[in-house]
Amino acid sequence: MLTRLARALTSPSVREGVRGVHRTAPAASDALFVHRDTAQNNPDTPFEFTAENKKRAEAIMSIYPDGHKKAAVIPLLDLAQRQVGNWLPITAMHTVAKMLDMPRMRVYEVATFYTMYMRNPVGKYHVQVCTTTPCWLRGSDQVMAVIKDKLGLIPGHTTPDGLFTLSEVECLGACVNAPMMQINDDYYEDLGDSDVSEILDSLAAGRTPKAGPRSGRFAAEPAGGLTTLTGPPPGPGFRVRDDL
Amino acid sequence: MGHPGEGLLLGMGATRAQSSGPEKIEVFIDDQPVMVPPGTTVLQAAAEAGVEIPRFCYHERLSVAGNCRMCLVEVEKSVKPVAACAMPVMKGWRIKTDSDMTRKAREGVMEFLLINHPLDCPICDQGGECDLQDQSMAFGSDRSRFLDNKRAVEDKNIGPLVKTIMTRCIHCTRCVRFASEVAGVEDLGTTGRGSDMQIGTYVEKMLMSELSGNVIDLCPVGALTSKPYAFTARPWEIRRTDSVDVMDAVGSNIVVNHRTGEVLRILPRTNEEINEEWLSDKSRFACDGLKRQRLVYPMVKDSSGELRPCQWEDALLVAGRALAAAQGSVAAVAGGLADAESLVALKDLVNKLGGEATCTEEIFPEDGSGTDLRSSYLLNTTIAGVEEADLVLLVGTNPRFEAPLFNARLRKAWVHNELDVAVLGPNVNLTYEAEHIGEDPAIIEKLLSGTHPFSQRLKAARRPMVVVGSALLSRPDGGLLYARLQQLAHQLRAGCEGGAEWRVLNVLHRVASQVAALDLGYTPGVSKVRNAPPQVLYLLGADEGAITREDLPADCLVIYQGHHGDRGAEMADVVLPGAAYTEKMATYVNTEGRAQQAQAALVPPGMAREDWKIIRALSEVVGAQLPYDNLAEVRDRLTEVSPNLTRYGDVEEANYFAQASALAQLVKGKQEAAPIDVPQKVLEDFYMTNSVSRASPTMAKCIAAIKKEAANRHRDK
Repeated sequence: MLTRLARALTSPSVREGVRGVHRTAPAASDALFVHRDTAQNNPDTPFEFTAENKKRAEAIMSIYPDGHKKAAVIPLLDLAQRQVGNWLPITAMHTVAKMLDMPRMRVYEVATFYTMYMRNPVGKYHVQVCTTTPCWLRGSDQVMAVIKDKLGLIPGHTTPDGLFTLSEVECLGACVNAPMMQINDDYYEDLGDSDVSEILDSLAAGRTPKAGPRSGRFAAEPAGGLTTLTGPPPGPGFRVRDDL
Repeated sequence: MGHPGEGLLLGMGATRAQSSGPEKIEVFIDDQPVMVPPGTTVLQAAAEAGVEIPRFCYHERLSVAGNCRMCLVEVEKSVKPVAACAMPVMKGWRIKTDSDMTRKAREGVMEFLLINHPLDCPICDQGGECDLQDQSMAFGSDRSRFLDNKRAVEDKNIGPLVKTIMTRCIHCTRCVRFASEVAGVEDLGTTGRGSDMQIGTYVEKMLMSELSGNVIDLCPVGALTSKPYAFTARPWEIRRTDSVDVMDAVGSNIVVNHRTGEVLRILPRTNEEINEEWLSDKSRFACDGLKRQRLVYPMVKDSSGELRPCQWEDALLVAGRALAAAQGSVAAVAGGLADAESLVALKDLVNKLGGEATCTEEIFPEDGSGTDLRSSYLLNTTIAGVEEADLVLLVGTNPRFEAPLFNARLRKAWVHNELDVAVLGPNVNLTYEAEHIGEDPAIIEKLLSGTHPFSQRLKAARRPMVVVGSALLSRPDGGLLYARLQQLAHQLRAGCEGGAEWRVLNVLHRVASQVAALDLGYTPGVSKVRNAPPQVLYLLGADEGAITREDLPADCLVIYQGHHGDRGAEMADVVLPGAAYTEKMATYVNTEGRAQQAQAALVPPGMAREDWKIIRALSEVVGAQLPYDNLAEVRDRLTEVSPNLTRYGDVEEANYFAQASALAQLVKGKQEAAPIDVPQKVLEDFYMTNSVSRASPTMAKCIAAIKKEAANRHRDK
């Protein structure tokens, strides 16, 4: 009898009940956090700030007090990334390190920590689709599917013409206008199926579609007009007990 | 692990003496009252009370990171547990290091640390001496609840000394902090974030530091282990012998780890006054040179000029006959690894035979007071004394490679005490910023007369130090330059705040035997031998080629006694195999003048014998028997010659700076125009400097790796 009980307890169904622990997908980035030399990105990749950007860099550095110049590393890396066009070659990091008199490793640390520094080439348009819960509930899967159909892209890849790179990202803070995607610096929100393909078409054609919500909203106001605070503001004594 | 009470005020920083500390506050560790200065962390206060709080990232000699969370403890009236390593105590705090909350917090942290840690202890070199193993036994849960996949991180190649298995890393960042704070090489860092975070160099490059081996000791897990020692032995199989290192003149304290007659590895032993708890790579990894190129039997040159192995009797007879026949025309040259016992025995033997020339390979000027006054050839300020100084002038030395741990002290003081360093000599990378004054030897005279711009800085310094390297002293005009520096140091001493107690003049030697040899009355430099070549020349481990066969007449018989078949044995007619520093009870005196004992971890290989015994045996064959039969008697003789040689562990202070300076004024000479130079300028020059390190395959690999690294396009030049 004891054997039977033991067997029953160790049977798969019972074990499931005992160890009912849920498992998560590994939460790892698809980026590599070490450098690999490639044809486009290696220690000989030419990079130098343009004269105009050099002036900007000086202006940025002058914001920070003496002894704290290193704090300019983030804006300078951003400036470099904008100059190159959406990504940050390793030589740009070296240039910034030299400008700020920092060890290179300290710059690598910053550039790998922040996800908005792209350390490998991306397309002219970097399409980042938010797939975090609110956007996912509002149909981010559909957005991804449209992009996949249209451009044949899976996250992390670039179209052969070098125009589009697709990334799947976590919350970009526009949950009220879900689903949304970010293309370079612009947010495209409240996306329907036709919106995504229209945006991609116009970008491919060299036009810049208007950023913002596609549902006709101006910003994050309620979609069906105001539901509260519609009347005139109540005066003093509102909802106060009569005997007071 | 901890050293309670030290550096409490400034954390791990170097501290200058303070006249009075602030008022202490009372805290309670597990209801036990302790008085600590304000600013003390909970962890330090607990250490004060004798309670050790588990930790991974905290290390008393590095900055506080507070990222492992293992040191969480409960503080009464605090809702959350606090990280003991980073939280300063407040008055009246009651800290509970063994409460339910504390134990639960530790168990939770342990569980998270183990989530991504591979359970590969059976194949991990850290097994048995792993903080993670020990602490998970003590504080962890007895089962795992983790069913997901573990992450894996690719291994890095950071050179031939440190092996990396990055999946085991728990991100304590001790290695990163060590590299940037102590070693001064900012090549390690953390890349990525969250579960993608990893420790590494981002681009593929070597960790180019002379102190890189210390990250192995610092790593609390098996992520950084020793490459030469990989898969060699388990810590419980090893026998340990405390000893001292002889690769440089610092005299670092070491633990020789050995098994079955073989040195497996060398680890540092904490000595606050010398090496703290660090060790240079040469001292740590050159030990495999002790197994190669060894002289294991006596040899005598036969008629065809070949060295042939023979019995001790034969070798001693040949050597003895030659010594007796020389009728006093006998000279001795001692190398850099000779111990005080064999030095005194050899000197006594040569003197007994009527010879006068007992020399060392390293040169020291004999002008002025020469080596008569001990203060002229010691690092008088002491190594720990650097932390009191505010200005250091390095003349003709590169301490980074000549004495890496002295340089680590300089860097420590530079980081924490605002020590200023100036360099007179080649502009080398010292790992910290140093003002380069120039390379022209004429600057010394200008400094002495006060006409150089830097003189003002020297005069204004409260506790200045002048550190003279042996490279300067071995110049033809070394005597003149040193005499000027002696006067300069004496001038500075008179004016400085430290007063009579503060010693300005320092000599940084390169080899371990030099101070003991000078204490015993050896003549520095081989010019005596070169000028009056003897009939028999006795080389005691003299391998640096100070004297060559060409300097000697053809009929001169050369006896070489030592442990490695190197340059000395090559030119010898008789070879007497001696013991290396791990194989004998011996006395070494470091550059500060601190006598220390090396212990015999092993027996000498083959027919090799302890060095003083060989000389003692030879003396009997010659018929000039030395009057000591055991180690105690040899040490009595040492005490007789120079009592400081047997006062182990102490620095015997030396004085008479005024007299030395007065004598230095009489020194005349011609100053050369050649710029001041040092032999070891880059890391490549560091690894092979004596017969042991030249025989070491690991050191050869280091040099090869550095040569290869020169072509690395990722290196910041």
